[in-house]
Amino acid sequence: MPSATASPTQTKRGSSNPFIAFCQSSIGKKIIVGVTGVYLIVFITGHLLGNLEIYLGQDHVNAYAQFLQGLGPILWLERAILIAAVVIHIVVTIQLAAENRAARPQKYAHYNYQAAKPSSRTMIYSGLLVLCFVIYHLLQFTFMTTNPEYRHLEDHLHRHDVYRMMILGFQQPIISLFYAAAIFFLAAHLSHGFSSVVQTLGINNQKVSGFVSNGGRWFSWLIFAGYVSIPVSILIGLIK
Amino acid sequence: MNFKLKVWRQQNENTAGQFRDYEAINIPAEASFLEMLDIVNEGLIARQEEPIAFDSDCREGICGMCSLVVNGIAHGPGKAKTTCQLYMRRFQDGETIWIEPFRAAAFPIVKDLIVDRSAFDRIIQAGGYITARTGSAPDANSIPIGKTVADLAMEAAACIGCGACAAACPNSSAMLFVAAKISHLGLLPQGQPERTSRVRNMVRTMDALGFGSCTNHYECEAVCPAEISATFISRLNRDYAVASIREGLAARG
Ligand code: HEM
Ligand code: FES
Repeated sequence: MPSATASPTQTKRGSSNPFIAFCQSSIGKKIIVGVTGVYLIVFITGHLLGNLEIYLGQDHVNAYAQFLQGLGPILWLERAILIAAVVIHIVVTIQLAAENRAARPQKYAHYNYQAAKPSSRTMIYSGLLVLCFVIYHLLQFTFMTTNPEYRHLEDHLHRHDVYRMMILGFQQPIISLFYAAAIFFLAAHLSHGFSSVVQTLGINNQKVSGFVSNGGRWFSWLIFAGYVSIPVSILIGLIK
Repeated sequence: MNFKLKVWRQQNENTAGQFRDYEAINIPAEASFLEMLDIVNEGLIARQEEPIAFDSDCREGICGMCSLVVNGIAHGPGKAKTTCQLYMRRFQDGETIWIEPFRAAAFPIVKDLIVDRSAFDRIIQAGGYITARTGSAPDANSIPIGKTVADLAMEAAACIGCGACAAACPNSSAMLFVAAKISHLGLLPQGQPERTSRVRNMVRTMDALGFGSCTNHYECEAVCPAEISATFISRLNRDYAVASIREGLAARG
């Protein structure tokens, strides 16, 4: 490939290091948000499949939890990548949001949206609400800070009784409601995020775009239904 | 027809602007939006008031010079048209109409409704061209190009560079414009030699000029007079990623 044609504005901003220049550019940042977003989508999908084991009974859930704990270093590697993905996703989206605000210093007095959807306009809010929830969620079920009594739950095989912990947690209607609300914001985030990421990563085109945006909506509401079914089943006594 | 206008008036880039009320009286329904403003301006001039400054040139939807945000929509209500192709019959008699300039940090206001869109020229200078042999025109069709590719490139080439995409985008992003130029040239064999440097330079110039970035709302596509598809932005993202990888590999030797 012939090298860059000299242009007067070419080096106005940005590093001469290609990697740094990419990370500083608008599209580079978008791609970083997209890639971390894909990782988060994979995680929440896997997490849902794990949770759905509750329908298979106490034994399955506790064995699966023990299996995960037994992964040791692999589990910690996955956690490290996950934490990094969350931090990068948030830091870069906040950077982008600040740049985008600066790009329109004077707002329109009367703006009339033609295509933007509530979900696309509230990404930063739905994302931050999900973050708040994740913190509480970790305090409740992972660190058990809010509910230290969960630490002593054991099943007949002396495994940590994750199954009972889920049931005790969701038997409180307030907790279940809060959980459902958080999942709603996650679904809203994804109903834009899923199709958005396909566009951002350069896979979208005129043939697939309708399919992608409908698929994204279906996917997010399936995620919503899957996660919320668990507290609902517990509250109506389907799972005891 | 009669209308109440709320028009943004601003002396120059450095002074604060504000909305002023005007009456548009006895406007024929078949007048275009710009002709309606011409009539209002004639009244203002007759009363020794400063006419409302706005841009226009061809007044037939091809030059991309007209540039108003009418009732909160770049180029006004209706699909696939510029402000000069907007007709007063679209509005209700007696309606209040808000008229604002295109708003973006990269499009400073020159006066009233006129904005400086030379930022787009700067982006074109950074890479929106091909290297072509000068001299007599080459024979038509001497380079065979498949129909699907030719059609897609033609769709992208329909961009008239009016700036409505950046005006409509909540982030004042120029990515639909840049995507159209990248795709128009990058799809064709003639555009290949500069494909990598073009996308890199155009994107970085766009960033340096203070345009925002796309968050995939697709407001741009909705107002584009040339109906450029926002999926071209996906192609832009891909081309930019590939160009960045090439740049990285080249830097390693
Ligand atoms: C499980 C949690 C999360 C998942 C699965 C997720 C997923 C995604 C995905 C797939 C995208 C689309 C990326 C693109 O268009 O390239 C996205 C965008 C975004 N996310 Fe998240 N996200 C999560 C958490 C968060 C959090 C905690 C925040 C907090 C600030 C956040 C803020 C945003 C914003 C503002 C965007 C839009 C970025 C843009 O379009 O430029 N997300 N997210
Ligand atoms: S004046 Fe030329 S497009 Fe409107």
